[in-house]
Amino acid sequence: MSKPKVLIGYPVKDEIKEYVGEHCELIQMDYSKAITYDDIYERIDEVEGAVVLITPIDKKLLDKGKKLKVVSNITVGYNNFDIDEMKKAGVIGTHSPEILDDTVADFVMGLLISTARRITELNSFVKEGSWKKIENNHLMGLDVSGTKVGIIGMGRIGEEVARRCSLGFKMEVSYHNRSRKEEAEKKFGISYKPMDELLSESDFVVVLTPLTDETHHLMGEREFSLMKRNAILVNASRGPVVDEKALISALQEGRIAGAGLDVYEREPLDGDNPLLKMDNVVLSPHIAAGTQRTYDDLAWNAARCMVRILEGEEPLNVIPEMKI
Amino acid sequence: MKKPKVFIANEIPKAAEEYIGQHCDYIMWDFSRRKTFQGIVDSIADVDGILEVGMKIDRDLLKHAPNLKVVSNISVGYNNYNIEDMKAMGVLGTNTPGVLDNTVADLIMGLVISSGRRIVEADADTKAGNWRKGEMDKFFGKDIHHSTLGIVGMGRIGEAVAKRAQGFDMDIIYYNRKRKEDAEKRLGARYMEMDQLLQKADFLVVMTPLTDETHHLIGEKELKKMKKEAFLINASRGPVVDEEALIKALQEDWIAGAGLDVYEREPIDKNNPLLQMKNVVTLPHIGSATRKTRDEMAVVAARALVEVLEKGDSPYIVPELRKR
Repeated sequence: MSKPKVLIGYPVKDEIKEYVGEHCELIQMDYSKAITYDDIYERIDEVEGAVVLITPIDKKLLDKGKKLKVVSNITVGYNNFDIDEMKKAGVIGTHSPEILDDTVADFVMGLLISTARRITELNSFVKEGSWKKIENNHLMGLDVSGTKVGIIGMGRIGEEVARRCSLGFKMEVSYHNRSRKEEAEKKFGISYKPMDELLSESDFVVVLTPLTDETHHLMGEREFSLMKRNAILVNASRGPVVDEKALISALQEGRIAGAGLDVYEREPLDGDNPLLKMDNVVLSPHIAAGTQRTYDDLAWNAARCMVRILEGEEPLNVIPEMKI
Repeated sequence: MKKPKVFIANEIPKAAEEYIGQHCDYIMWDFSRRKTFQGIVDSIADVDGILEVGMKIDRDLLKHAPNLKVVSNISVGYNNYNIEDMKAMGVLGTNTPGVLDNTVADLIMGLVISSGRRIVEADADTKAGNWRKGEMDKFFGKDIHHSTLGIVGMGRIGEAVAKRAQGFDMDIIYYNRKRKEDAEKRLGARYMEMDQLLQKADFLVVMTPLTDETHHLIGEKELKKMKKEAFLINASRGPVVDEEALIKALQEDWIAGAGLDVYEREPIDKNNPLLQMKNVVTLPHIGSATRKTRDEMAVVAARALVEVLEKGDSPYIVPELRKR
């Protein structure tokens, strides 16, 4: 029997390619430059399986990819999947939950502390040679430990953030989520709060919901107006969960103290986005899960998920919407 | 009875100033003027107490203040005190331990994460408009969770750092002049000899006070023993690390990077090679710099000063100057 043809739409390490090559026929792609949607579209009709990072899996692609059986996403978020079209086309989608929880939670804490203590701003201040006197009353930041953090979206990453905040920093942790998480409440001593209460009481608001129709622009004008003036927003989930225009005006008008952002409504960020000019905002280019070890683990997972399905074994890490 | 007279050498919050005003007559440096040695000498001719931050207190200064009984340092580190001179001239000195532990430990975790996960570098690059599609690995960093944190100097701040690191499931090892079995139990920290600690740590956090023994504690020999992928974090006192050796270590890639809040000379010299290094986070000595903590420190220092002036004793007198 011939091996099923597959493609990998993002550079991964050789061992992963070798593993896939043992089970499938891996088509050659040029990884020396970034692989685009068009590059994948061009070859999609040849393959039964694909490993992708954030490539949109839409009607156009699915219409051409007649042989396609499975698309495995390297990351945990899968808003690049058009789920209805995939269901219609009979294409299974898998993702990579759990693997990146700790790495993302670390980064969330990094954004939170960096924004509160002005780490990026003050690093530039020193590097530019502006540090001229010892007196540093104008370099004060905000305390982290002992303050209140509100986490919106208490999934696995939320729990890891809660653990760091409550165990490590003695912060008072509250959360908002579609469903109550009583186990997490007990484990980390955290408490459930209605959204408005959480927003108006928290010193740090951390957004960790997946992006769905319901969570689109979950944080908007009204929500920012409920936040404290000295509060900080952290978003490391998906950009469109926050109404960026509303966030920018809240920051410009000093209605909140700052923001730590890893995700945006448009990525890469536009060069003229006002966020780029703000000292009280820490920006990172969607790298919350970005460590070599985590990336390798994610890519391994995606490759295994694809191979299993093509070999007719019991599927792993199928996205929840497609589970039977 | 005549009130004692106090010189306030640094800007302090209203609450601390009022407290001193209730108990003492005081003069304050005119902060629009640049501080000079002569200016200070003129201000202390008839004072009983001085409230200051980091001012060099030695025979040269003390001989101009014949009435002086106590100097109160609004800081936990008191390497500005010449203990022998102060002993010889019968002047007591106080500091402010305890108050700032959490705030400093927060910043140290901020340095650990922002250097390990390259937040500062990524922020500068993103703000410069350099983010391009398909460069996910550009800012791959080092995982914080489950890595090894090596603490040199396990005092109160060291313990507060270890507490935070527990939230990240870090493996905590430490070196200290004497073992802290209590802390080992509470924080799951393991004691190690210095050499072993240097070889094992992914993040080496220097937390010793500056004394003759700890001067250049981390030098060329120590840096050579560290892992290539390790980071050095210093938020204690600059001269604990041999800066020239550190610069060499960074230039020659003996270690992966550094997170620094303190330097051998402060403010840092504008020609210091550290300022050119992207893998080094440079902060302007802001370990304790949050409004709340600075206010509390000033109030504690003011109380300690008044206590000594009124009762001749205070629990905040530094150990070397306490009456036996």
